[in-house]
Amino acid sequence: MSNQYQRLDHKIVTLPFVFLCLLIGITALILVERFVFGLGAVTNLNDGYPWGVWVVYDVIIGTGFATGGWALAMVVYIANKGKYHPLVRPALLASLFGYSLGAFSAFVDMGRYWQAYNMFLPWQMNFNSVMLEVGLCVTAYTIILVLEFAPAFLDRFKAPRLKELLDRWLFVILGLGVLLPAMHQSSLGSMLIAAGHKVDPLWQSVSLQPLFALITAIAMGFSIVIFEASLVTAGYRRPSETHLLKGLGKIIVYLLVGYFVLRFGDLLLRGELGRAFAGDLRGNMFLIETLLFLTPLVILLSPKRRSSGAQLMIAAVSLLLAGALFRANAFMIAWHPGGGYVYFPSTKELLLSIGFIAIELAGYLAIVKWLPVLPKVEHA
Amino acid sequence: MKRRDFLKAAGTGALIATSAGTASARDNLPVSEEAVGMLYDATLCIGCRACVVKCKEINEMPPELVEGAEQWDMAEELSADTLTIIQAYNGATGGNAARLEDGTFSFSKRQCMHCVDAGCVSVCPVKAMKKDPKTGIVSHDPDACIGCRYCVMACPYNVPKYEYDEAFGQIQKCQLCNQKGVERIDQGQITGCTEVCPTGANIFGTRKELLAEAKRRLQLKKGDTYRYQLSSIDSPHTYETQVKADYQQHIFGEKEGGGTQVLVLAGTPITNLGLPELPERSYAANSETVQHTLYGGMIAPAGILAGLIYLARRNTKGGDHDE
Ligand code: SF4
Ligand code: SF4
Ligand code: SF4
Repeated sequence: MSNQYQRLDHKIVTLPFVFLCLLIGITALILVERFVFGLGAVTNLNDGYPWGVWVVYDVIIGTGFATGGWALAMVVYIANKGKYHPLVRPALLASLFGYSLGAFSAFVDMGRYWQAYNMFLPWQMNFNSVMLEVGLCVTAYTIILVLEFAPAFLDRFKAPRLKELLDRWLFVILGLGVLLPAMHQSSLGSMLIAAGHKVDPLWQSVSLQPLFALITAIAMGFSIVIFEASLVTAGYRRPSETHLLKGLGKIIVYLLVGYFVLRFGDLLLRGELGRAFAGDLRGNMFLIETLLFLTPLVILLSPKRRSSGAQLMIAAVSLLLAGALFRANAFMIAWHPGGGYVYFPSTKELLLSIGFIAIELAGYLAIVKWLPVLPKVEHA
Repeated sequence: MKRRDFLKAAGTGALIATSAGTASARDNLPVSEEAVGMLYDATLCIGCRACVVKCKEINEMPPELVEGAEQWDMAEELSADTLTIIQAYNGATGGNAARLEDGTFSFSKRQCMHCVDAGCVSVCPVKAMKKDPKTGIVSHDPDACIGCRYCVMACPYNVPKYEYDEAFGQIQKCQLCNQKGVERIDQGQITGCTEVCPTGANIFGTRKELLAEAKRRLQLKKGDTYRYQLSSIDSPHTYETQVKADYQQHIFGEKEGGGTQVLVLAGTPITNLGLPELPERSYAANSETVQHTLYGGMIAPAGILAGLIYLARRNTKGGDHDE
């Protein structure tokens, strides 16, 4: 297994890397300000909009973007499609970054973060709370991701004992690595149910919410795998992996067909589809979102287009945007608390979110050069 | 290819999920026999805001001042420093008081409604929001709270407020004057805002008695004389006066969102008074039903996990991967 991967032989400190570090520095300053002066000092959060970009982008969309490792684990270890194995490690690395940063942002956004441990005390747990489920699952899955990614580390630093132990329990880790994200990704959708009328009916489906969140999360997982693999191929002039990626494109088609049937079926049954054409902000956002979901479906339906690296990339990007917008719409644009509250993220909120992306990119760039993560060229 | 195994495992999972679901769908929570609450009758409220002042005093909260203006409390909305508020609404349009034209206006008192099936209690991950099983008072424990503000999201009335301008902020909301260090209800007293209300627009009592009183008032016509209680439903102090307006035939809080322990009567449509239109089924019941359908007793996840582990084991057997 170990000789499928190799380190990338490039310098770590490059000009883009330095620029990313600059952004990370700004983020650090904003974090200091947040912890010294409180959430209000750096965010535009208010009594009507308790959750802003930090929760919606960094946690809800961010973990949606981090589903690559999960998607590949399903394909490789559960559906036994071994040919995708070379893509596993890079996807796991990106997932690890996405999840640990998601968990960290949740912590930064927590008003009373020093009491966060209460979530892990059995006598404090409220099992009716979707938030509890998300919190415990994300924590557990982040640990699982560390274990799933550990072989890359152990390969580099030759620790046969540990490797053996890990190998013995790998099937349990893999099982949990598929179940946990499925649970909390669907729960991210369920979180909206309790908010009732404060979420616009276009995004408020009482019983299908978890299913929408789950399907779009899996579709985003496959898209991010296509996206990352294509970027690495182009960026480091490595052989193309299109022959592998087109298979993932086919899975996405099934997911999207399922999604459209359920989503529009639900809107029709509830008689809310008309709102999409109201010409207002929410209706228009719904149409844009739908268009972004439709584009990959149209592209990927044709086997010919599916085999083109460029077309695959367009489909993947469109689907990632669709998934992100679906979440942003449901949690922010469709949010109407009443009482005249408005929210638009502050510059500092946005800078912190950008800084987190910079951490992911810089970390990814550094680690693929430090540990054997990318697929070996001769094999690919 | 072990496609059949995969389908088998998935099928088992789905089966378990469905059987777990039927067992745990839940209805609205019932109201406790001894639930206490308040009845706010907007036709009696003169907007003196004595309740707002008393509430601030009890909760030791500062007035909200506007720079450059005369220095008195200028609070217009509920906030972390204002747990109850009197607002004026145009009864015809529900619009702001500043835009009154025809003189049909009404005051409205807002504070935590102490929902029978409270959203904030249902969603709080760490049981910081609690509903007393006897009195039904929804209290908040800042020592348990992690500040996630899910309760703010889930409250249909936008009641819980977080102190954004503090490094160690906390959630604030009306706890029916029964919080630690105050405990007016436990000591047999009534809430501060009802105690000081000069017109009896806001009275304290058990929900049962308040509901009965509200139903009696709905029988009245404008101009009838009626003996109104002051401060609390069982108070010896009453006063007789003429009914000021025809009551809307609607007791807000009797059924809304599973019912509330604060009930509201008004002479104009109550949904024009800053209160939302809500279905009778509580959002908490919806949310918990979906959640328990998926995770009831963790049976479904355990079943699926077993299937996943089985497949992962088969597919990784022999250490290395077969290709
Ligand atoms: S009004 Fe809001 S804060 Fe008060 S009990 Fe109901 S849900 Fe909780
Ligand atoms: S902010 Fe506090 S009280 Fe509200 S849901 Fe979160 S932990 Fe519970
Ligand atoms: S019951 Fe007490 S805390 Fe609640 S609004 Fe009245 S005075 Fe304020």
